[in-house]
Formats: sequence, structure tokens, C-alpha cells
Amino acid sequence: MKFLTPRILTVALLVIVVALTPVVLQSNYYLRVMTLIYVFGLAAIGLNLLMGFAGQVSLGHAGFVGIGAYAVGIAPTHLGIPGLYAIVLGAGVSAAVAAIIGKPILKLRGHYLAVATLGFGFLVALLLTNEASWTGGPDGMSVPRPVIFGTRIRTVEQWYWITGGVLILGTIIAYNIASSSTGRALRAIHDSEIAAHTVGVDIAKQKFKVFVISAVYASLAGSLLALSNGHITPDSTAGFLRSVELLTMVVLGGLGSIASSILGTAVVVLLPQVLTVFHEYEHLVLGLVMMLCIILMPAGVVPTILRRIKGRAT
Amino acid sequence: MLSDLVQYAASGVTVGAIYALIALGFTLIYNSTHVANFAQGDFAMLGAMTTVFVAAAGVPVVAAGILGILAAACAGLLLYRAAISFAKNSSVLGLIVLTIGAAIFLKGVAQIVFDKRFHSLPAWFGTEPIKVLDATIQPQSFVVLAGAAVIVFALVVFTKKTLIGKGILAISQNQLAATLVGINVTTIVTLAFVISAAIGGTAGILATPITLTSYDAGTLLSLKGFAAAMLGGMGSPMGAVIGGLVLGLVEAFGGGLISSAYKDAFAFLAILVVLALRPQGLVGSFVRERV
Repeated sequence: MKFLTPRILTVALLVIVVALTPVVLQSNYYLRVMTLIYVFGLAAIGLNLLMGFAGQVSLGHAGFVGIGAYAVGIAPTHLGIPGLYAIVLGAGVSAAVAAIIGKPILKLRGHYLAVATLGFGFLVALLLTNEASWTGGPDGMSVPRPVIFGTRIRTVEQWYWITGGVLILGTIIAYNIASSSTGRALRAIHDSEIAAHTVGVDIAKQKFKVFVISAVYASLAGSLLALSNGHITPDSTAGFLRSVELLTMVVLGGLGSIASSILGTAVVVLLPQVLTVFHEYEHLVLGLVMMLCIILMPAGVVPTILRRIKGRAT
Repeated sequence: MLSDLVQYAASGVTVGAIYALIALGFTLIYNSTHVANFAQGDFAMLGAMTTVFVAAAGVPVVAAGILGILAAACAGLLLYRAAISFAKNSSVLGLIVLTIGAAIFLKGVAQIVFDKRFHSLPAWFGTEPIKVLDATIQPQSFVVLAGAAVIVFALVVFTKKTLIGKGILAISQNQLAATLVGINVTTIVTLAFVISAAIGGTAGILATPITLTSYDAGTLLSLKGFAAAMLGGMGSPMGAVIGGLVLGLVEAFGGGLISSAYKDAFAFLAILVVLALRPQGLVGSFVRERV
């Protein structure tokens, strides 16, 4: 049984889900919903590295999603850079921005860090809304589909496979980071900064590293979201509610577990799809579900269920 | 030019007073439970919307206002008794998600019970502007300022002079020690939520003649109130008031002198700069971690 580590189990399950979903659910609607889960799952995994492993809060991570999304919108339209390079450009810009703001704000703790990241997200959303000659303003802009090996990637199915593949890669990399020396250092910081410091962990450096990594994850997710959707707006990418959604995905799933983040994402993406049947009561039910999840499953949906299954087995 | 500056100062202080009241409620709840309550702005929305609809039904505005404050206070009571008191083992992040869930829930309730349009209330002393140094100031601005001053003063007296107020102070210092000397923590914390929500509701009602209200007005108010509380220094009531006023003034002057489209940006930029220089906020004291 040693072969079935959580890492291998998660990746194997993920590969099976990605491969079999199109066989079971042959409708573009379901493929599009799954694509959304894969895209936001990527952002949630990155955010979980920051929040679940390092214990640092971010209420503005959608800012990086916005940077990634608008990179693939602006670079091809205004700068003549093809879409695929624009993804790299967006990730580079996100990493640079994270590096610049990371230094001063990662010194802050708890709610102070929360308000600083909140401010960052707000600033990005405002920039995207107001610089209309570049971004199209509040109505957003259309994103040109990229050409790979001479074919224009535009169908729902094509984006399904691309985002699914990227999520699998992102998951494997995240597991590697978590089990690297950085991952162990981050967990030490999470448990006690002073203890970590005493045993020689460079706290500032490790926090900084994971902040930049999580920004790149969010930026990639933003780029994929923009490319698969074909249209972006400031609210749908960088808005405060997006940041709240990302936070909810990680917390609902369960902090500090990569597989949980993907399942948390699935819950948060599927919930509004299911709740449309409630029409006017959508907000009410969504708020109620969020509160109930935290009250009944404070450790997150996945850890709670796992514990219950284990408790029954013994 | 001078008249412009006076104008910005007046609107900045008015908006700042509203932020200060939201931040004050935020601080009260934070001190008693260490919960960052992102539904604080929705208390303001609930108070204002209730007042608007009760007044529209023919009830005198003052009575409607009292009902509005009561509605907000009830929401505060329920938030603690029906939700937060059950989530004592949650992480800080879990509690943030919980209160954001509560905010979305309140928004959903308001959308069903009331409607999705913008509403206003009649200004107490009409809308005939008052001229000060060539600047025009709405009479309601003075109502907001006076109301905020009274609430801040009352809260200071309440926490310094009454037994319940001292209980809140004791709990914010050390909950276990407070329990040991016989303070009924549950009752006091519940009361802190009720008072905090009532202050939020009052802020919403005072602001409505100037800023209007709608079912989704709470989110931005919560964020600004949170920002103001942090700017001043979390846990300090004085900091909340100063933070709120500074935030309002930065917005008004930045919006007026530089760019109105980036009004909100100046506020958050100011917070980033202040926190980079003073990580404990403007008046917050540095807490050294004990091992």
C-alpha cells in the first residue's frame, strides 16, 4: 500500500477524471463547466501553497488572475505578441509584481496582510476598469484565440484537454514543491514563525518564494480562463468577489491539502450552476451553504469526510 | 481654489465619519471575538433599507429609523448566536469565509424582502446647501458628523463607565482571565455584536440621504470599514475613528485633485504605504510575540 501515496493517488484520480469526463458527459455545457473547474483549480492550488502551507492570507489573489487574463488580451491586440508568448509574459509580469509588493507586505501579519492584499486586488481591478483604451473598460475586451502548430485553438473540447493537462502538470509540480525543502520550511513557518526562525529557516525568503509561485499559478489560470472564454471583464477576472471565490475554494476544500483544493474548487464552481434553480434565492442559499460548511466542517470538506470514512473503517 | 479644498475636506470628513462608524463596529467585534466581520457593511445596508421601506409604508421617519436600527441589531444577534458561536474551532481564514457568507446571505435576504433598486431617505434639515467659504455643504453632512460624534462619545463612556463596557474591555484583553473573574463571556460578546450592528445600522441610515442605498451597498462599506480599522490599527477604537477620517479625506482629495476614476485607488494606495512604514497601523501599538 506504500505505493499509493496521496500524491500518486491524487494525480491518478485526476488523470482518470480528465480522460473519462468527455466519454461520460458528451455535452459542451459539461465540458465548459469542467474547464472552469480545471482553470480555477490551478489558481486554488497556488493559493493553497500560500495559505494552507505557509499560513499567509491573501484577499487579492484575483489581481494576479486579472494580470494573466489581460496579458493574453492586450499583448496580441496592442503589441502584436502571439497568445502563447503572452501567457509567459503575463506570468512574468505577475511574478515581477508579486516580487515588488511581496517584500513590504509579507512583513505584515494576519488581518494586516489581508487588507494589504485586498488593496492590491482592488488596485488591479480599478486599473483594468479605467484604462479603457487598453482594456476596453468595464465591458471588457475580446481575446484572440492562439494558433498552435498552424491550427487556431477555439473549440470547447480543445480547451478542455489543454486546461485538464495543465492542471495535472500544476498538481504534480505543487506536490513536488510541498515535499521539497521549501515545503517543509513553509509548514514550519505555519506552525510557529519563531520556532522556524530558531532552527534556521529564512522566513522572509520562503514566504517571498511561495508568494511569487502562487502569483504565477493564479496568472496562468487567468490566461487560460481568458483564452478558453474568448472574452474578459475586470469583474470576472480581478474583482473582489473572484478573490473571495478563490479563498472559499481553498478553505472549503481544506487548507494544506492539494487534492482538497481541487475538490473545493469543484464545489464552488458547481454551486452557482446548481443554485440557478433557486433564481432569486441564489445569494441567500450561497451564503447559507458557505456558513454551514464552515460551521459543520471547520477543517474543510475533504478532511472531514476522510476522517469520517476512516472512523467507520476501524 | 480654496473653495474647492474646503469642498473636498467637507465631503471627505462626511464620508470618513461613515467609514469611522463602520470601522468602530468592526473593532468592537474584533476585540470581543478576534473575528474580522465582513458583514459589517451589510448591517448598515439592512438598517438603511429597513428604514426606507418602513417609512414608505407610512410610518414616521424617526420610528422607521429606530426599527431599522433594531433590524440591524437583530441581524448582529443572529450572526453571533446562530453562526459564529458555533464556529469557535475555525481557523482565521474559516471565520473570514463565514462572515463573507453571512454578508452574501444578508444581501440575498435584502434582495428578496426589499428590492434591487436604489433608494434614498429625506434629509433631516432639507437639501438647501449651506455656504462655507464659497463651498457648498449639504446640511445632512452636519447630521452625519454630529451623529458620529455622539456615537463615539457614547461608546467611550459606555466602555469606561459601565460594568458591561468594562466587561468588553476585559474580554478583549484576555478571555480566559475574564471568565475566571466571573464575567459572563457569552452574554457580553452577544452584546458586543448587537451594539456593533446597531452602530452599523445607524451609520447606514445617516448616510442614505447623501449616498443612497441598495441591497448590494454593504460589500464596499465592509471593505472600507475593514480598511479603515486596519489603517488606524486593529483593536483600537480611536484608531478606527482616525482611520475612517483619514480614509475619507484621502479619497476626497485624491479624487478631487488627481483623478475621480481612481478615487478608491488612493484609499488603498494610502493603506499600502502606511502599512509598509507602520505595520501596526497609525495608532496601533506593536505587539511583541511571546514564546
